[in-house]
Amino acid sequence: MTDHAHTNCEELLGLLSAYIDGDLGPELCLELEKHLAGCDNCRVVLNTTKRTIDLVHAPIGKLDVPEDVRERLFKRLNLDDYLSQKS
Amino acid sequence: MNKTMSLEISLEALIAGDRAEFARLVDAYSSPIYRLGFRMLGTPQDAEDVLQNTFLNVLTHLSTFEGRSSLSTWLYRIAANEALMLIRKKKPEINMDDSQAGENDEDLLPTQFADWSALPEDELLSGEGKKALDAAIETLPESMRLVFLLRDVEGLSIKETADALNLTETNVKTRLLRARMLLREQLSTYYGERIAREERQ
Repeated sequence: MTDHAHTNCEELLGLLSAYIDGDLGPELCLELEKHLAGCDNCRVVLNTTKRTIDLVHAPIGKLDVPEDVRERLFKRLNLDDYLSQKS
Repeated sequence: MNKTMSLEISLEALIAGDRAEFARLVDAYSSPIYRLGFRMLGTPQDAEDVLQNTFLNVLTHLSTFEGRSSLSTWLYRIAANEALMLIRKKKPEINMDDSQAGENDEDLLPTQFADWSALPEDELLSGEGKKALDAAIETLPESMRLVFLLRDVEGLSIKETADALNLTETNVKTRLLRARMLLREQLSTYYGERIAREERQ
């Protein structure tokens, strides 16, 4: 983040997370977008941060409770009768 | 988490001791709670312990649930506490206060600027890619990881995450920003090297 004329990358970096969540006021949003338009590195940081969040949502990354674990849990909770009624 | 499913659960029926409804609650939240346990403790056995202890606790305290938070937030609060208790028991050397690595501003400054954002998802998560993501999540300090898991993995709102973890919303936002920056940095190092390697071949 040092190879361009802007000096406020560090300060604006703190806004990225709120910007991604759509949680930033209009003025700060505009300021950040103006900065992003002229700062390649900050744009990469924004895009790769968004992508990082996308990846943890990806179905391939999701771990569901294994069937044997579910079975033991139901037994522990005395819910054996409902084992076959998975919603 | 399947939000529609959670909305269909009747709190009244649960409190009245309806076992079929409790079984539906268990099915609706088992996977998110198991994931949380696995990501916090790192082993299937510990994840199962967190899962079982959470629902045993829910069963014990359901009659006193006052509805000040939503049922799902309450469940996540119990699960998070179970996970933290187990961490304290198994890894007493871990310091869970706010002065951990990654809490300093200097740690947040990006140093990796490889742009891997346009690569397709199946390529990013193929083979080693998925391992790199898992390993990166595992390196987040516990207090930061919990916030990240509830907000970004399970999709709770900032407010729900704050309620579940007994934190202020500002604190959640700060931890979330740090977690996202730390993960991005690690993934950028990994993908940057991978892109460079592929270009050389």
